[in-house]
Parts: sequence; C-alpha cells; structure tokens
Amino acid sequence: MSDHEYVPKSKFGKWFNDRLPLLSLASHLTDYPTPKNLNYWWTFGGILTFCLITQIVTGLTLAMHYIAHADLAFESVEHIMRDVNYGWLIRYIHANGASMFFLAVYIHIFRSLFYGSYKSPREIIWIIGIIIYLLMMAAAFMGYVLPWGQMSFWGATVITNLFSAVPLVGEGIVNWLWGGYSVDNPTLTRFFTLHYLIPFLILGLVVLHIWALHIPGNNNPVGIDVKKPSKDTVPFHPYIVIKDAFALLMFTIVFAFFVFYSPNILGHADNYIEANPMVTPAHIVPEWYLLPFYAILRSVPDKLMGVVAMLSAILILAALPWLDTSKIRSAVFRPLYKQFYWILLIDVLVLGYVGAMPAEGLYLLIARVATAYYFIHFLIILPVLGFKEKTIPLPFSITEPVLGGAPMALSVKKKESLN
Amino acid sequence: MKNIFKITYLIIFLLAGTLQVNAAEKIDLLKTDWSFKGLFGKFDRGSLQRGYQVYTEVCSSCHSMKYVSYRNLFEPGGPEFTEDQAKAIAASFEITDGPNNDGEMFIRPAKLSDKFVMPFENVKAAQAANGGAYPPDMSVLAKARSGGVDYIYSVLLGYQDPPSGVTLEDGVYYNKYMYGNNIKMAEPLSDGLVEYSDGTIASKEQMAKDVTTFLMWAAEPHLESRHRMGFKAILYLIILTILVYFSMKKIWSRIESEV
Repeated sequence: MSDHEYVPKSKFGKWFNDRLPLLSLASHLTDYPTPKNLNYWWTFGGILTFCLITQIVTGLTLAMHYIAHADLAFESVEHIMRDVNYGWLIRYIHANGASMFFLAVYIHIFRSLFYGSYKSPREIIWIIGIIIYLLMMAAAFMGYVLPWGQMSFWGATVITNLFSAVPLVGEGIVNWLWGGYSVDNPTLTRFFTLHYLIPFLILGLVVLHIWALHIPGNNNPVGIDVKKPSKDTVPFHPYIVIKDAFALLMFTIVFAFFVFYSPNILGHADNYIEANPMVTPAHIVPEWYLLPFYAILRSVPDKLMGVVAMLSAILILAALPWLDTSKIRSAVFRPLYKQFYWILLIDVLVLGYVGAMPAEGLYLLIARVATAYYFIHFLIILPVLGFKEKTIPLPFSITEPVLGGAPMALSVKKKESLN
Repeated sequence: MKNIFKITYLIIFLLAGTLQVNAAEKIDLLKTDWSFKGLFGKFDRGSLQRGYQVYTEVCSSCHSMKYVSYRNLFEPGGPEFTEDQAKAIAASFEITDGPNNDGEMFIRPAKLSDKFVMPFENVKAAQAANGGAYPPDMSVLAKARSGGVDYIYSVLLGYQDPPSGVTLEDGVYYNKYMYGNNIKMAEPLSDGLVEYSDGTIASKEQMAKDVTTFLMWAAEPHLESRHRMGFKAILYLIILTILVYFSMKKIWSRIESEV
C-alpha cells in the first residue's frame, strides 16, 4: 500500500513491525498523498467518522441506564434525563447526533455526485458507502423506536408493516419481525439488540471504505487523476488533518447549538407521549432524514409497488457508476450535468418536504412528479447525457494551465464559487 | 474561505427547511415572555413556586406527575424551596408502602425521595372519574405538545363559547387552541382561584403563565444547567476554532496553495 517502504528507527520498532506492521500503517496514514486542491466539501469524511464515534460512545453510556422493556423503556429514558449525572447531555448528544450524522452523510453523498467520485476506479468505495448509508437508516429507525414514545411505536408499526406487501409470505414475515402479532416487547428487545450491533458493522465497513479509498487515492474538485506523490499532492498529516480539524470544529458548533439550545426541535413532540397501542397519532411521520423515501413510498398507490419504489430509490444509487456513462468526473467540466445535478438536489428536497405533509391533494401530485423525476434522472438523463453532452476540456494537472490558456486551477475556483 | 460560507449557507438552508416543516402545523398561539428562553434563559423562581401552588391546588386533582420527585422541589435550577419546605410538602401527602414485616401494606407520609403522589390508582380509574378522558401525566407535557409552552398557555386561556352552529356533547368544552377545538377538561382557571402567598394577584393569565413555567421545569429540570453549559461549550469551541484556523493558515503557508 505504501509508496515507499517504511523502516522503523528503533530495534524494538523493527522487531514489532516485522510481526505486525502497525508502524507501517501509521506511516502510510501520515504520509498518504492527498490532492492539495480538495475543498471543504471533502472534510465531511472526517466529520462522519467523528459522528460515528460520538454515537457509539454516547450510545454505550445510554445503554448502561436504558431498560429495553415495553413497560419500563419510557420511564428509563426519563430516569436518564432527570437522575443520571449529565444523562440529559448524553441523550441529547445521541438524539441530535443522529440528525447531524445524516446531515453530514447527505452532504458527503451530494459531494460525491457533483464531483463524480463514484466513477472508475472508485466504484467499490461508493458501493460500500451505499451499504453504510442503508445500515445507518436501519440503525436510526431502530434507535428511534427505543424511547417507546408514540412515534416510536407507530413508526415501527408502519415500517414493519411494509413487509406485509410481500406476496404470499408477507404476513408471516411481519409476525416473524415483530415476534408476535403486534409491535410489542419482543420487537423492542430485538430492535435494541440490532441497534447495538449495527454501529459496529458500520465501523467495520468504514475501515473498508477508507482502505478502498487509499488504493486509488482521493478524487478532487477537478476530477482528473493526480500523480502521487507529486507537487499536486500534500501529505495527509499535517495539511489535511488540520483542515479537517478546522471543519470539524465548525460542524461541532452547529451540533452544540442544537444540543444545548434546541435539543427537541428535530424530533417530534408525540414521542414524549408514552406508546399507546390504542391511540393512533394524527400524522405518523418519520424523522426528517427519511422523509424523501417516505414520500416515494406514499406516492405509489399500490402498497407492494410503493415498497419496491422506495427500495429501488436507494439501490439505484449502487448502480450509479454504470448508469453515468460520462468519462468526465467533475461537474465543473460538464455544463449540462451540473444543471441536472442542482435539479436533482431540489427534487430530493421537495420530496423531503412533501414527505412531511399529508399524502393528499396537491402534495400527493407533487410527490408523484418528484418521484418520477428522481428515477428519470438516474435511468434516462444520466446514461444519455454521457453520450450527448459537450464537455469543457480538462486541464493536464490540477495546477498547470490548460493548453496555454488561463491558469486552470484559478478558473476552477471561480466556477465553484458561482455554484 | 468562500467555501466555508457555502457550507454554512447550506446548513442554514437545510435547517430552515426542517423548521418550516415543523412549523407548518401550527396556528397562531398566544405569546407571552418566557424567562427560560434564549441563550441565558433561566426560570423565574417566584413563578415556579407559584406554578407549583397552582399545580398542586388545581391540576393535581386529576393530572399526575409521576416522574417528578419531592426532592426535585429544593434542588438547584428548580423552584428551590428550602429543604424543610420540600419535606413539609412531601409530608402532606400520603403514600401506600409495604409490605412490612407482617406482610401488610401500610400508609405513611411521603418523603423527599418519593415521586409525586398520583391522584388516581391507574389510567382506568382516571378515565372512569373523568368521563372517559385520561388527564395526561404532566411530567413531560410541555415537550409532548407541538407548540410546547405556548400551546399549553394558549389552551389554558383559550376557552370560549362555541361559535354559532357548533353543538357540543355533554361534558365537552370549546377551546380555540385545542386540537379539534373540543376538550373534555372544564376551564380549570378563573381569576382569584388560588391565593398566592407572595402577594401576586392571581389573575387567570398570571396563573396560566406560572403553571406553564412550572410544567416546563418539570419536563426539563436541567434546563438552566444546559443553558449555562451550552454557552461555555460554544464559546470554547469558537475560540478553539479560531486558533485552529490560524494554525491551519500557518501550516498551509509552507506550500503554494490556498486552503
């Protein structure tokens, strides 16, 4: 992996490194040549690692005080909020941490879409990323069930009921998932177990995600291959480390603002009402980060097809490296793709908005149009665009001027600021 | 640096979107100035103590508050009664304990460590006594309604005669702010219903404000320490961010590239 063989200075270091090359790994991570033109959108990888660790650490602490039982869960959460030392802080970090995690992952994904980071030779990084994203959604959904409030209970009921759409065995699958004939204590205990397990699966996949990244190296805003190491790259430490740290601190300020001053604004008030199977809330809505997919689900009249559409909306992303036929990575050199990129972003935001609204009248119509456009973007626009689009000539390197013209790095910067 | 602004704009934009989504359901609620809002928001001790009085003399005949303990009444950040006052308050309630060594349940005065005594044995008993409607537990009520304290304050003051054409069933009242406008709770407050020991005039608005403040504290007993810690934490983060920014500039100045 390393570009040059690392030899430890001390005798013990050499002895150890020959048996377990941890020092070589550390040396690789420090020296890892990184394109020096990475912008701040590239700092979200580090931010996401921070989010994952924060969730695991706060989650472990909460698990020491939480009781996974239908009769006690809600009370144990109140116990954490009132009687556990700084329990309120740990719980609010964990609850808002989930939202911050998704905020960061959406920025990370849309960065990848803009700069074509999913394209050859980075397909595996991208696919691992999609699996991580799927696991994140599973973990977040199950985590939201644990406080056993009204939204926990009814959200779990609605989502698990989706499996009943499967022909023939649907009903059986739902009962199997519930461990009974409704969402109840067995459902809660298994959700707790899985909610505890999934973050560690994600952690393992993050290691693979980074490993796969370190084979070709980072993409960059210009989207061309960078010789490494060269004058186009900087060693990861200290250049990227300090830049990531700066961006992470900016992020934690926003994070802290939510935790300390609006800890409940991203949640739903109904989840402070203890779960009651006899009373259905007026509107059952998932957390904000799942709303676009919820809108897709509800926009299809048939239950089974709705579920299929929702799942396809996520899985279609895994095929993206092959659906996008253009060889040019960065949208900076793809004038048409850039427009469609922004339309897609708005489309997803619209889906999120209508997902929070009742599925009727104008909202339903908008949801259907937006859902249709989502699939058209990936299945028609992207494949066709690769053949039809006239792209802007690429520079030879991220620092050198293009074909004797203006210094490209400079004009790239200008273009970005226009976006 | 321009990119940082872009990131910031995007975050604000996304968050504004979320807020609007949450705000979409709200109707115009009555507003009053809450002392506990804002960066340095604190509870008004007098208001909390008066609010406790309203709760215990009015609300608690139907509404339980099962997650709050008598000891909370003298803990910092709350109504901050003296410990003796809190003990006396607790002792004025009776609680069933046991079994004792003879295997019998017995009744004793409540202690500081006890949770607030509930007005009814269970939900069914509460429903039976209240025309089928369950008076919700008030421990986290201020967080369990969209609109929060403004909503509770509005409902307390939102009782009206029904508009012409609207007929109400027996035991149902018209409330401008209640979801669906029908409420099974009779108007709980009226001017001079309680006699405040600190001499404050017990107007309906005053009582509504005091008891709502008390409910906010009951739902968020650590609100004051959260605000205090938040200010320190964010100030610390801002200073650290500035320092790291200049370190970053210094480090990147070694090479010909803009960070």
